[in-house]
Amino acid sequence: MASSAAVPTDVKRPSLLRLIRENKVAQGLTLIGPANVYLVLFMVVPLILVGILSFLSRGEYGQVLFQFNLSNYTRLLDPIYGRILLYSLGVGVATTVLSLLIGYPLAYYIARAPARQRSLLLFLVLVPFWTNFIIRIYAWIMILRAGGFLDTVVQWLHISDQPLHLLYTPTAVMIGMVYEFLPFMILPLFTSLEKIENAVLEAAADLGAPPYRVFLRVTLPLSIPGMIAGTILVFIPAMGMFVIPDLMGGAKTILIGNVIRNQFLTARDWPFGAAASMILMVLTMVFTFYYARRAGLSEELVV
Amino acid sequence: MSEKKPPVWLRIYTFLVYLYIYIPIIILVIFSFNNQKLNITWKGFTTQWYAVLFHDRLVQLATRNTLIIALVSTAIATIIGTLAALAMQRYRFPGYDASEALMYIPIVIPEVVMGISLLVFFVLLNMKLGLVTITLSHIAFNIPFVALVVRARLHGYDNSIDEAAMDLGANEMTTFWRVTLPTIMPGILAGAMLALTLSLDDYVITYFTAGPGSTTLPLRVFSMVRFMVTPEVNALSTIWVLIVFVILLIGQLARNRRA
Amino acid sequence: MKTYRVASLLTVLVLLAAACTPAAAPTEAPPAPAPTEPPQPATTSAGGPAPTSPASAEPTLAKPTSTELNLYGWSDYVPQQLLDDFSAEYGIKVNYDTYSSNEEMLAKLQAGASGYDLVIPSDYTVTAMLNQDLLQPIDLAQIPNFKNLDPRFTNKGYDPGNKYTIPYQWGTTALAYDKTKVPFEPKSWADLWDPKFKGRLVMLDDEREVTGMALQTLGLDKNSTDPAQLDQAKQKMVELKPNIVLFNSDDPETSLITGETWAGLVYNGNAALARQQDPDIEYICPKEGCGLWFDNLAVPKSAPHADAAMAFMNFMLEPKESILITQEFPYSNPNKEALEYLKANDPSTYESYTAFSATNPPDDFLARAVEVKDVGAATTLYDQLWTDFKGQ
Repeated sequence: MASSAAVPTDVKRPSLLRLIRENKVAQGLTLIGPANVYLVLFMVVPLILVGILSFLSRGEYGQVLFQFNLSNYTRLLDPIYGRILLYSLGVGVATTVLSLLIGYPLAYYIARAPARQRSLLLFLVLVPFWTNFIIRIYAWIMILRAGGFLDTVVQWLHISDQPLHLLYTPTAVMIGMVYEFLPFMILPLFTSLEKIENAVLEAAADLGAPPYRVFLRVTLPLSIPGMIAGTILVFIPAMGMFVIPDLMGGAKTILIGNVIRNQFLTARDWPFGAAASMILMVLTMVFTFYYARRAGLSEELVV
Repeated sequence: MSEKKPPVWLRIYTFLVYLYIYIPIIILVIFSFNNQKLNITWKGFTTQWYAVLFHDRLVQLATRNTLIIALVSTAIATIIGTLAALAMQRYRFPGYDASEALMYIPIVIPEVVMGISLLVFFVLLNMKLGLVTITLSHIAFNIPFVALVVRARLHGYDNSIDEAAMDLGANEMTTFWRVTLPTIMPGILAGAMLALTLSLDDYVITYFTAGPGSTTLPLRVFSMVRFMVTPEVNALSTIWVLIVFVILLIGQLARNRRA
Repeated sequence: MKTYRVASLLTVLVLLAAACTPAAAPTEAPPAPAPTEPPQPATTSAGGPAPTSPASAEPTLAKPTSTELNLYGWSDYVPQQLLDDFSAEYGIKVNYDTYSSNEEMLAKLQAGASGYDLVIPSDYTVTAMLNQDLLQPIDLAQIPNFKNLDPRFTNKGYDPGNKYTIPYQWGTTALAYDKTKVPFEPKSWADLWDPKFKGRLVMLDDEREVTGMALQTLGLDKNSTDPAQLDQAKQKMVELKPNIVLFNSDDPETSLITGETWAGLVYNGNAALARQQDPDIEYICPKEGCGLWFDNLAVPKSAPHADAAMAFMNFMLEPKESILITQEFPYSNPNKEALEYLKANDPSTYESYTAFSATNPPDDFLARAVEVKDVGAATTLYDQLWTDFKGQ
């Protein structure tokens, strides 16, 4: 701001503050500043390392050799990796859709609950996830195994005499995946739904809309930002998750998360692992960006 | 604030989902009293594991570390993430797209890759691996989660209340503190809780950025899996959940009394 | 209003607490990041922080000057009593950090992590670590208790002359089965391919062990690097897949105990644990062969307290300390003197130790047991094979 430069030097500091106060762009930059600095420092530098790594070679003993080549990327063209990627995508999509369907009504209930109960109900959703991850999965294994808790209950209720053999099946994997990712869907949905003011809903009702119509044409569209956020927070980690398919599915399948992990651990082929990661990251970034943008998360911007 | 009660089916449904969420926890608690080290089948009631827990210094150290890391990283990530969300939802500035992409990186990057590359990064910087390096890593992956949740909250924020406040004479800072912030607080809290949850259970990234003596609970438990996970871990989880419940209950009673 | 005031107060408090946590201070010079170093042959490897005592000059054991020992190993592998005894004897505080696989430990050290004094790598991991110059030599003159070890388990191929490692525990990987469930007595791995086992097998989730077993079933070398042979093995494994209900390296014994599976390829430790809960579990080495493993104590190059590490190695070889391991964990102890001591002082444990093939395999069992060896560049072949196999 040229006018402040003409002001005597003893107001040098206030003019910067004034700049931030009065200039919207400066404000935006200041707010995004800490995140950018932090992430550039801690994520971009490592990312560059990984990028470079993906073009190097594996030495005979699993060490990294500075020999540039594209073989890591061409190796990924093998159809087996395409299949694995597709399968992982399937797991991700299934988990996301199920979490959305199962989580939405609960998020709605909590969001419309009396104010004093809301944070309690929300905490109640999260508290179980402050126990240890492994223990929770083991508890599910105990529930689903042949002769386990579920079988006992089913037998007691005389629904069936035979063990259900649910464990080590895709069903068990889904039960576990949805379980673990439910909070990641519920929380963003809640923040979106909670924001909807009653006046709006009441107005719609007053105009003669039945409850389902109010939901479909008012509530649902207004909760879309929450759905987008939830989808991103569930789909991407779910696609890369392999611990639950391994523990509850019997490790009979191989997912993209397994492949990448194996490269850094058992195969000791870090360059190949880096290449696979880069491809995965590029794909998911593209998806996230366009999905979030198209679905309108950054739509209305005050300039 | 709707005073209308939710339909019956919704109430039943909610109850069922909570049941789904809590059944493993109930099993977990019950089996913390199991008289079998392998903890596969129920073999009788015992409280010995709580005694073992009481004497297990390693687990206590791990718990302390986990809590410190979780609380610190959540606090810092929440602040940074909220500011970033405000920036992304209300402003346009040069580098907007790049900033947004930057925010998504910790979500899309595979954990092994993030862990190892952070480790190499810290080694190159000559940093001693320990609680600090773990916390720095946790903040990195927590920021985007907080930001995304707060952004969802900010979307469609009705600026007229802000404008009204300013018309009444409040300056920007005051408006922010006394009008904007409280309105988006549920979003911020939700984001913070998500970050806390992520941090408490993180294994892979923590594994690679931890140093001698800076073990955390997930590290301890994951490595126990290779031999056996004794009911001691169940006991720990039970106590933890119990403490949280007590705190929540107190909070709720206080709130009810005030209302 | 009140909520956010409380929240901001909490934030300030937490930040204050954070300020009080000890800050990172680079106290030791970091090693050059290992990935950039060219491989050095194991035999000419030298350097790294030398032990604080000039070994050749001293006739008696040097007392370690360090006051801390950073032990990095598997969880539940070193008895707390042993650590406490060591601390009491030497006044050295032991920090026991844990990892859950050899590969994780290797990856971390390869990436340059330092600060650990003692690690517990398995045989093939020792080879990998030596090839990447991650370990420092140990001075056997400082470890007189070395003589307590059974000579069958020293001077092995992965560390001739025990220049870098001391065997810690050893064991096997073989066929465990529930004799009440299995319709016949299995004598060979090939029996498992029988359709009677459909959905009844558990396998270790380990590419080397499972592929090795398939290779052995075909009469081939468990550590083969021949792509044609590996392909054959893969075909064989694919044929077995319908019989396998789960892959699990952590607790395969659980499924045997609950009856979900009837037989499988497991570690001896798993078999011993299964046997404790179900006396019908048998553990045999089929005629085609089985697996053998050794876990060893080793000292990373970047160890800040190498003298404490050597002292620990010596201390842990003392019979009365070594038996603590055997009393608590179901593995085989390479310490001959310790087993004698166990016989005299804890006959019931000795009895159960020697009675079961999982802890005390008979000679013919051992004769057919083959270690997993590091296969260098062929490691990626095995990984590709495993990916293909699991992706079917």
